[in-house]
Amino acid sequence: MSIAHTSSSEKVFAPAKKSHRTAYLLLAPGLVWLLIFFAFPLLNLAETSTKTPAPSFETGEFVQTFRFANFIDAFSANQEQFFRSFFYALCATVLALAISYPLAYAIAFRSGVWKNFMLVMVIAPFFTSFLLRTLAWKQILGAEGPVVLVLQFLRILPADATITATAFSVIMGLTYNFLPFMTLPIYASLDRIDYRLLEASGDLYANSATTFRKVTLPLSMPGVVAGTLLTFIPSSGDYINAQLLGSPDNFMIGNVINSRFFRVVDYPTAASLSFILMASILVLVVIYIRRAGTDELV
Amino acid sequence: MSEKKKVEGDLRLDQVSKTFGDFVAVDDLSLVIPKGSFFALLGPSGCGKTTTLRMIAGLEEPSSGKILIGDTDITEAKAHERPVNTVFQNYALFPHLTIFENVAFGLRRRGIKDVNEAVEKVLNLVELAHLKNRKPGQLSGGQQQRIALARAVVNRPALLLLDEPLGALDLKLRRQMQIELKWIQTEVGITFVHVTHDQEEAMTMADTIAVMNNGRIEQMGSPADLYENPRTVFVANFLGQSNFIEGEVEASDGENLVVNLKGSKIALPKSRNNAKSSSLKLGIRPEKFRLHTADEKLTGNFLKGGVITDISFFGVSTQYLVEMPWKQELMVFEQNDGGAPDLEKGDAVTLSWEPQFTFALDGDAK
Amino acid sequence: MKHWLSKNLIRIYAAAAIFYILLPILYTVAFSFNDADKRNIVWQGFTLSAWLNPCAPIGICEALGNSFKVGITATIASTILGTMIAFALGRYSFRGRATTNLLIFLPMATPEVVLGASLLSMFINIQIGAGLVPVIIAHIMFCISFVVVTVKARVASLDPKLEEAARDLYANEWETFRRVTFPLVAPGIAAAALLAFALSFDDFIITNFNSGTLNTFPEYVWTASLRGVPPQANVIGTLMFVIALAIVFAGQVISKRRQTRR
Repeated sequence: MSIAHTSSSEKVFAPAKKSHRTAYLLLAPGLVWLLIFFAFPLLNLAETSTKTPAPSFETGEFVQTFRFANFIDAFSANQEQFFRSFFYALCATVLALAISYPLAYAIAFRSGVWKNFMLVMVIAPFFTSFLLRTLAWKQILGAEGPVVLVLQFLRILPADATITATAFSVIMGLTYNFLPFMTLPIYASLDRIDYRLLEASGDLYANSATTFRKVTLPLSMPGVVAGTLLTFIPSSGDYINAQLLGSPDNFMIGNVINSRFFRVVDYPTAASLSFILMASILVLVVIYIRRAGTDELV
Repeated sequence: MSEKKKVEGDLRLDQVSKTFGDFVAVDDLSLVIPKGSFFALLGPSGCGKTTTLRMIAGLEEPSSGKILIGDTDITEAKAHERPVNTVFQNYALFPHLTIFENVAFGLRRRGIKDVNEAVEKVLNLVELAHLKNRKPGQLSGGQQQRIALARAVVNRPALLLLDEPLGALDLKLRRQMQIELKWIQTEVGITFVHVTHDQEEAMTMADTIAVMNNGRIEQMGSPADLYENPRTVFVANFLGQSNFIEGEVEASDGENLVVNLKGSKIALPKSRNNAKSSSLKLGIRPEKFRLHTADEKLTGNFLKGGVITDISFFGVSTQYLVEMPWKQELMVFEQNDGGAPDLEKGDAVTLSWEPQFTFALDGDAK
Repeated sequence: MKHWLSKNLIRIYAAAAIFYILLPILYTVAFSFNDADKRNIVWQGFTLSAWLNPCAPIGICEALGNSFKVGITATIASTILGTMIAFALGRYSFRGRATTNLLIFLPMATPEVVLGASLLSMFINIQIGAGLVPVIIAHIMFCISFVVVTVKARVASLDPKLEEAARDLYANEWETFRRVTFPLVAPGIAAAALLAFALSFDDFIITNFNSGTLNTFPEYVWTASLRGVPPQANVIGTLMFVIALAIVFAGQVISKRRQTRR
């Protein structure tokens, strides 16, 4: 009988393996649900994206003609909105990161007895209607709201200018909406850092700024990656903020898809746009993840 | 779970093996552990001792072989069907239950309704009855360890398994617990199977030790037996320390063999010879050597021409490293009782020892 | 003084950031007391009338009821389905793990527009259309992933030795689950359920695509935003916030007590 030697003296023995059957039984209902109501609709959407209007020209009637040119048409007609969406999403992500990182840091390291309270304050707004909150911003930033009045008083803003219906307010709305999604993952990452690592860094002649740059920041990267993904992806597909806080000049690709679906009843275009949006997001995400180096997604 | 017939008796492992893929963790193990004894499975990390323990507990299935308690074959029985309880390395106390409920857990699962008396009794045994309403998170390491023990012992199992239970305790506490565990075992009379890598622990507590290496038992016996007469180099070096010097058997002289040890003639009692060939590795433990100044006249076994290269003071003893003419450094422990001469680095010395403290293994033994 | 400032600068910043986060909510709460029927934009005076007549605007309470119907159903279903998947992922080995992980992750990475549009597209194709049931189906779908992630984290942190200890102490599979595994995972499941409910209750985009003539609370607010959101909506928003705070605080108190019960 041959005896194999392992290289490490530490061995992890797998727990008594229960039958695979139980695992599949547990997985089946949920996964089947996702297959039917997530995967299949997406395939269905793919199929719709290559359709063309029916010969009868009835509203809502389309026939499958495998017209892949739909994608090209859809993209070229809405290039502006596409790039605008990614631009807004990028701005919102960067701003959210800038605002959230120090906040997460403060909660993780400098909050003392207030830690739980601060976490609650970050989480709780997440539980109130985001529409109401966005509308509140519309009010706060609106022509009759306090911000405009103060800025006009300080002569920063000319007499008849508005903040709403601009790219600025749309980006602001997006940033605000996703703050908890950025703050919490970063906080979780920071909280997990063993404080003894920071002590060791200090022991090895690093001042606090260097410790932050060389130890804290790299260790918080998983949280940063998670937060940016959770912010960027939904932002790029959003249309609420553009609708409430912007003007048609600020409309994003989400607005276009929405109107193509409901107002114009042009399903193939809406479907094409959706796929282009999804594809671009996936490409950007994959590039980003490859560079940032995190692959634990779930 | 009701006990129809009380399962008791010696624990027997019959040619038990366990493989994980290509890796053989336990290799054709057979042993008998007498009922009521304190048995230790000793060995380095990865030798298979924990796997063996888990197979006895039912937490791991043997790839082949049988496990019996008395006449009852428990190989196929699941963990919760075996009259075997485990004290885990990190205690595994249920954090969401009180100490009382932790200890009562096994009793309740077996359908015993009135648990108060048994639980109180065992908590008094470990002297922690006053903590019965606390949660595990509020106890110190040593206290948790005693509760883990109580939780197992209260079920009066046929066998109690201990998986390196003292590993997380500091030295003083560990020593204390070793004595307590031994006392509890004698009090309660249950067979204890103790897995450890600490040879001192095994030697202190166990009646019988089995030294394991690479999934097999290298040697099994009483602590004294294993220590004074190891049968492999591994056992000789795992329990305490040994000096090994190569030699050749030259002649037989009644009860002894005459061995040529690097030019000196040494007497080796035949009963201490475990070698099959005439080329030997002669083993002498460091504490068996006596140091003498170079010009002393000696009889018996001695080796001349040594030079002291290092001296370390250990309080109770002093450790010397002595370089011999054949360039081997031997280790010598002398107790600081005034018996050894006053020596310094560089001094010339002669080593002597009693023949009965020698043991011999095959010259090419590993 | 300078030393104090540099030490506390980040704390001051954090306080300001939290104020910024709370600002719209404070606004919402304040304007629930505004004396205005429809155009609740400019402060006109303090009144409790919105609080005393929360269902006065047409359709608001019906929408709220629909939100609850959908939310509770979706929460129960997605929590059960998601917890099962989390256990399978965390405790068992099986083939197809990578595919499972992908299938769980993708819905979270897909923009809501795409999710909503694709579902509506499918429902139209199979002649089901829009309504309460499609909305519930959609909500269950997007909540499952979040439940899985939340519960899986909790299952992963469970010491497997505890379950072994239970088996060692005569508990069979079911008893082990009931007395050891489940009590220890329960807080994670509760958190997942709360998360699922919050996501469902607040969802607009996917709901809007699939609800047809049915209105949930967010949809009510959306349509109302065109002509004027009544203060009663602010009342409901305030209540949501207060209840959320209460639940979160209660959760923290409970978990503290669980660890140190005398």
